[in-house]
Amino acid sequence: MSRYFTEEHEWIDVDGESATIGITDYAQEQLGDIVFAEVPASGTELAKGGDAAVVESVKAASDIYAPVSGTVSEGNSMLEEDPALINGDPEGDGWFFRMTLSDASELESLMNETAYKAFCESL
Amino acid sequence: MSDDGKNLKLPLDAWHRDAGARMVGFAGYEMPIQYEGIMAEHQWTRENAGLFDVSHMGQLGLSGEGVAEALEKIVPGDISALKAGKMRYSLLLAHDGGVLDDMMITNTGRGLYVVVNGAVKHEDIAYMRGELPDGITLNHMEDAALLALQGPKAADALARIGIAPKEEGWPLPIDLYFMEAGPFDWNGVPLGISRSGYTGEDGFEISVPNEHAEALATALCAEPEVKPIGLGARDSLRLEAGLPLYGHDMDPSVDPVEGNASFAISKVRREEGGFHGAERILTALADGPARKLTGFTIDGKMPVREGAQIFDGGRQVGVITSGGFAPTVGQPIAMGFVETALAKVDGKLEAEVRGKRVPLTITKMPFVPNGYHRRGKAK
Repeated sequence: MSRYFTEEHEWIDVDGESATIGITDYAQEQLGDIVFAEVPASGTELAKGGDAAVVESVKAASDIYAPVSGTVSEGNSMLEEDPALINGDPEGDGWFFRMTLSDASELESLMNETAYKAFCESL
Repeated sequence: MSDDGKNLKLPLDAWHRDAGARMVGFAGYEMPIQYEGIMAEHQWTRENAGLFDVSHMGQLGLSGEGVAEALEKIVPGDISALKAGKMRYSLLLAHDGGVLDDMMITNTGRGLYVVVNGAVKHEDIAYMRGELPDGITLNHMEDAALLALQGPKAADALARIGIAPKEEGWPLPIDLYFMEAGPFDWNGVPLGISRSGYTGEDGFEISVPNEHAEALATALCAEPEVKPIGLGARDSLRLEAGLPLYGHDMDPSVDPVEGNASFAISKVRREEGGFHGAERILTALADGPARKLTGFTIDGKMPVREGAQIFDGGRQVGVITSGGFAPTVGQPIAMGFVETALAKVDGKLEAEVRGKRVPLTITKMPFVPNGYHRRGKAK
């Protein structure tokens, strides 16, 4: 399994054609206390860069974009009850959704962990 | 904002950064949005005491013969009846009666001390200078910071740092009641302190010379009840307290009656008028406004924010002007303008968020009972 990152501070765990997507620890730290999350329903078709999910902190709503194209296989239903999971375990239980990739070559434009770390330090 | 478009720094800028603040641009200044987190800071203020730096706000000194009467042309409050040591919430009125800003006006015994919103202070000052007669001096007190100490334990903390009345005949800060103010001395530093604030809690607002602001903030935060609190929690606290935020819940298109601020139009002024827009405002008072600033509780967890349209079935009947998750209430709340006929407590409406309808229940404000230390109220 490989983990990729985007400049919008999402992580993507890829295992064959299936991927799990969430936001990074850096992102949750920037957002602050998260009070609501809306994840896509199973079957939703996502295009790379399109709106995929919404996360709201006390202060503001933020869109989560699809890092790659594909079809949603599952949204994390635990976030509805407990959106603070995203603060507590952003890169684990606080995942947003799972999808089946439609074009694995889109992963090539994403960052690996080292590149993402350097990217965050440059901000 | 400075002339080159950059945000200005507050007198306490370095102090905030040392305390771990995340700074954001607001009202032309770099300001602390949060330290440890908005929820924790909000709860701390409701249970203990929070120190807010509100030095971006405009502090104005007005003086001259007949200053109260002169100001009454542009505000609807009975300022000439305000006794020394008393303060009042009021509104700066445009010629058509629209609200240019909301403000606190204190009679210091030597003149009036006025606090206006940071985002519009330069416009307010220019307008007031144009409206007030030549004999009235308006001094923009840029040499003073403004700190707000808010929460049920604010008085306990303030009592411990050694503040004395500046002159004989004035009370100690903790002997002030809600909406009273006075001049004080802290180790030789002159302070203007009022028992007031914008969180719905008991508390104080303290005007302090810039060069002593850091020492005062440090002394207050050394008390076990006090932590520094950012702008984020200030917003969620004031929303729960049902207090409007100028530029969001009130603007020049809003008159005081619509804006739920009829209480700021003093009785004698209702009878005598004589302020800008009096005809429009007094008509709205007599007939009732067409729309009204109203509180809403949102069913479910999804916040409804500024700009969301309000519907009664298929018909748009209003708009949300402030909204967010309310940590003390434990669910999202909002305020917004709605047609007066529909603005009935417990009434059901809907807001539209990202194409979806969200149920709203009209709720009496404040959403959280206030803790003001009012004169005559049993402890």
